[in-house]
Amino acid sequence: MPEPMIEALQTLKRPRIAVFELASCAGCQLQILNCEDELVDLLQLVEFAYFKEAMSETSDVYDLALIEGAVTREADEQKVRTIRERAKLVGTLGSCAFPVGIPGLKNTHDQDEVGRHVYGDHAGYFPSIEARPVDAVIPVDLHIPGCPIHKDEFLRVVTAVLMGRKPPIPGYPVCVECRLKENVCAYDRGLVCVGPVTRGGCGAICPSFGSRCYGCRGLADDPNLPSIEALLEDHGLSREEILAEYTLYNGYYALHNGGLKAKVAK
Amino acid sequence: MNKTTTVDVKVDYVSRVEGHGNIVVVAKGEEVKEVRFEVTEPPRFFESMLRGRTYDQAPLITSRICGICSNGHVLASITAMENALGVTPSDQTMLLRRLLLHGETIQSHVLHAYFLVAPDFLGVGSVIPLVQTHPDVVKRALRMKKLGNDICDVIGGRAVHQIAAVVGGFTHLPDRAQLLELRQRLDDVGPDLEATVALFASLTMPEFDHPTEYLSLKSAAMYAYFGDLILSSNGDITPVRHYREKVKERVVPHSSAKHVSSDKDTFMVGALARVNNGFQYLSDGAKQVAGDLGFAPYVTNPYFNTVAQLIETVHCVDDARAIIGTLLDNELIIERPSVEAHEGHGVGAVEVPRGTLYHEYGVDRQGHITDANLIIPTGQNLANLESDMWALAPSVIPKGADAAQLAMEMLVRAYDPCISCSTHVIYLDGDNRVPRAARQQEATP
Repeated sequence: MPEPMIEALQTLKRPRIAVFELASCAGCQLQILNCEDELVDLLQLVEFAYFKEAMSETSDVYDLALIEGAVTREADEQKVRTIRERAKLVGTLGSCAFPVGIPGLKNTHDQDEVGRHVYGDHAGYFPSIEARPVDAVIPVDLHIPGCPIHKDEFLRVVTAVLMGRKPPIPGYPVCVECRLKENVCAYDRGLVCVGPVTRGGCGAICPSFGSRCYGCRGLADDPNLPSIEALLEDHGLSREEILAEYTLYNGYYALHNGGLKAKVAK
Repeated sequence: MNKTTTVDVKVDYVSRVEGHGNIVVVAKGEEVKEVRFEVTEPPRFFESMLRGRTYDQAPLITSRICGICSNGHVLASITAMENALGVTPSDQTMLLRRLLLHGETIQSHVLHAYFLVAPDFLGVGSVIPLVQTHPDVVKRALRMKKLGNDICDVIGGRAVHQIAAVVGGFTHLPDRAQLLELRQRLDDVGPDLEATVALFASLTMPEFDHPTEYLSLKSAAMYAYFGDLILSSNGDITPVRHYREKVKERVVPHSSAKHVSSDKDTFMVGALARVNNGFQYLSDGAKQVAGDLGFAPYVTNPYFNTVAQLIETVHCVDDARAIIGTLLDNELIIERPSVEAHEGHGVGAVEVPRGTLYHEYGVDRQGHITDANLIIPTGQNLANLESDMWALAPSVIPKGADAAQLAMEMLVRAYDPCISCSTHVIYLDGDNRVPRAARQQEATP
């Protein structure tokens, strides 16, 4: 986060937060409302200026804008640009806004064909463009990753913003937390897993509940992609299936930055 | 009122509902010219996106249709996929699934009643001012909502986009201590439920009567959340696998969500339909609460959907307590169900907070999804909602635009629409009007 923005925030007594929704399931907004134990205290510290799912009052004056959802229409581009102009800080809320999440699955299909499949001959009336993360349209100051976001992480980020500090999003992979939890490795349970290259901070919740990591939080810092691809190949995955591992949550950068050798902006 | 006065009600982006919808009512004098509920959510193409993915990812992907009823999508998806692959879940698995669903229903109903509906009755724009003026009410709502979410945390791993329920069974089981704690909290929630019933019994629901057909699932001698039959309030019964014969999608120009009607006319799904159709199977406590809230089936006032949700909340708490009792008596067994991918086709239906949810899949020999059809409760209700809006308009228009707007917004909220879920762009053939869904191009945030 740039220094002037930190200074600007430090002068704020009670930051005004706005929550916006693009193409998404609204689950990350819901996670804010799911902070049942903290919500009453949170409302003493911040003010919600715009939060359609929860309130009728609206305002165009806000300090921190949190955007949930992927950009899938040209109108969305203008919308996020307007938000960028109005907000001091812009953050993404969840995987759809960054790195692109489930809406990016449609990027693996031909865009016209997807439209025709669902809307038949009238697809043209309902334009939908390639799903993009908010970062592909405007500069973003902070990311709250996850599908959905983790309540504790949301509260940690808000706390950091209130204190004018850099939000503490880990750069290490999911494996770090999975080992700390003493889980049996998914690969030793007959599964494949993309935890080795996925950003941690979730407490390795999916492997801890008997599943495996699907990569919802985007790539970790400096991910060793050749190594994970070799590992997946050793476990019998075809190149096509390996690509499917990436495109489940990362169907924008994985397809745009040279296929499998996806590199993701931090 | 002057006979030529034009009353326009236009609400762009109705607040306190899930997703993006607009209300349009145009009247000249006493004549109602136009009534629409426009859906302007971005289309997300789930049915397209699922093609080519493996069968086991269907619950994971379709969960992301909706954050509020994500568990409902998971369970409908699993049910359809198990039907496609010929998998029969164990009794233990079905109990855990019902518990997971109850957790979601409790959190969703409490969220709707307290956060989305109650502010209208208390004359405020949201629950936020109530934190100052009615802190005990807000804290009670949060406690109850948290109980629902915590059930999902224990059974599924987390409240939104659960992890443990998969095709075939569960990848993780709760331990005994967690179940005992949940049962204790379900025992302790009684006073909160009583206070909730007392609060809503003191609110006067708007008077409005507009009978329709009510559809819900039916299962043998119990309040149905899972079931193979569709029960209509007119007595018809349709097997779920033939749902397309009963639940017909219809095309309208102004909604990016398909409208749906039955073989006869519009119909309603959700808590009001379920309580109306399944009243006799409610828990004793829930029946008692229905009496306290003045609910005797068949109730044909859609504003009472919220009341029906409170009755169901009590039923879900009672049933959750009973399920946990059975699980504790039987001891949980680690099951390792094996699912083999093969060619197949299956339909699954589950009663989720907002109504009957249908998933249908085709799978190829390698277990890749070839086709998907998803029929969402809100989509089923939209045509009935508009029919209600037409019926309501003549009585509220003479009260002026503000009163008419509030009555319409409250009607929309009573349906508890989940608009993100229902998005499905449809174009009406032969209609020369510009599809209103084109308004989704609105630029201002």
